[in-house]
Amino acid sequence: MKDSGNYQPYSYFQLMEVSLRELLVEKGVVTEAQVADEVEKMRHRTPAIGARVVARAWMDDAFRMKLLESGSRACEDLGIEVGALKLVVVENTPAEHNVVVCTLCSCYPRMLLGIPPEWYKSRNYRSRAVREPRSVLAEFGLRIDDKTKVRVHDSTADMRYLVLPMRPSGTEGWNEERLAAIVTRDCMIGVAVPKLN
Amino acid sequence: MNSGARWPRSKRSVVEPRFKPGDRVKVRKAYPLGHIRTPFYIRGQSGVIERICGSFGNPEELAQQRSGEPKQPLYRVRFVQKEVWPAYQGNPGDVLEVEIFQHWLE
Repeated sequence: MKDSGNYQPYSYFQLMEVSLRELLVEKGVVTEAQVADEVEKMRHRTPAIGARVVARAWMDDAFRMKLLESGSRACEDLGIEVGALKLVVVENTPAEHNVVVCTLCSCYPRMLLGIPPEWYKSRNYRSRAVREPRSVLAEFGLRIDDKTKVRVHDSTADMRYLVLPMRPSGTEGWNEERLAAIVTRDCMIGVAVPKLN
Repeated sequence: MNSGARWPRSKRSVVEPRFKPGDRVKVRKAYPLGHIRTPFYIRGQSGVIERICGSFGNPEELAQQRSGEPKQPLYRVRFVQKEVWPAYQGNPGDVLEVEIFQHWLE
């Protein structure tokens, strides 16, 4: 835990976390080292992993097809561990824009994007993204043309979703690393699209 | 003898899918207590099976520390936004897709 030297009483949830963790360790269910190891692993999961998947799909059509058919298997080809949850990749096209939400809690493709942003877990986003997605996207600065359909994915059970954005024009001849750099976390949730700087 | 002993067990642990992609389904309008992964807003709505996701432990059972078996087929069901929210503004083709377990569909 970060120690800023500024001591304050634990909040309700911090207290719950510490109590539960200490109990699990005391009862021999997990060790302190295993907990620390998992925390460390989570810290290393960032949207850069997802961006690499997107850039590869833009460059390699066979990989793109496999990714859309089975997200989990395609990611394993790149050496990315997806775990028990199944990854569904949804592709943006000129006719269709995809956006992901979890109305029940905060289900999120952590293996590819790391820890979800605060707004993704907010009641505001969770309740409105399914009901008025176009207004929500506009608040992110993304206006979807009326001719383009909006497809909202509510991640309610065992699937996790990643949006495959459209490759912007002007990126012809770019290498994978340069392409990955324009794929932000928000592009892969579907509340933004890649832009050239 | 061995295979005879295995058969009933595997039959018990997974429920066979009753629906296929393209089938029209209705979400049960029920309000039981417990850990339910079917959002309130979609209960009672009609949609179309987009895909079968596979079979997964029933979350309502898992939340009670039971085995979650028999595993339930999980579907992605597609709903038309204008049918779910009558005041919906946008393209009439806008859709909402939700994962729903078979025992919530009829």
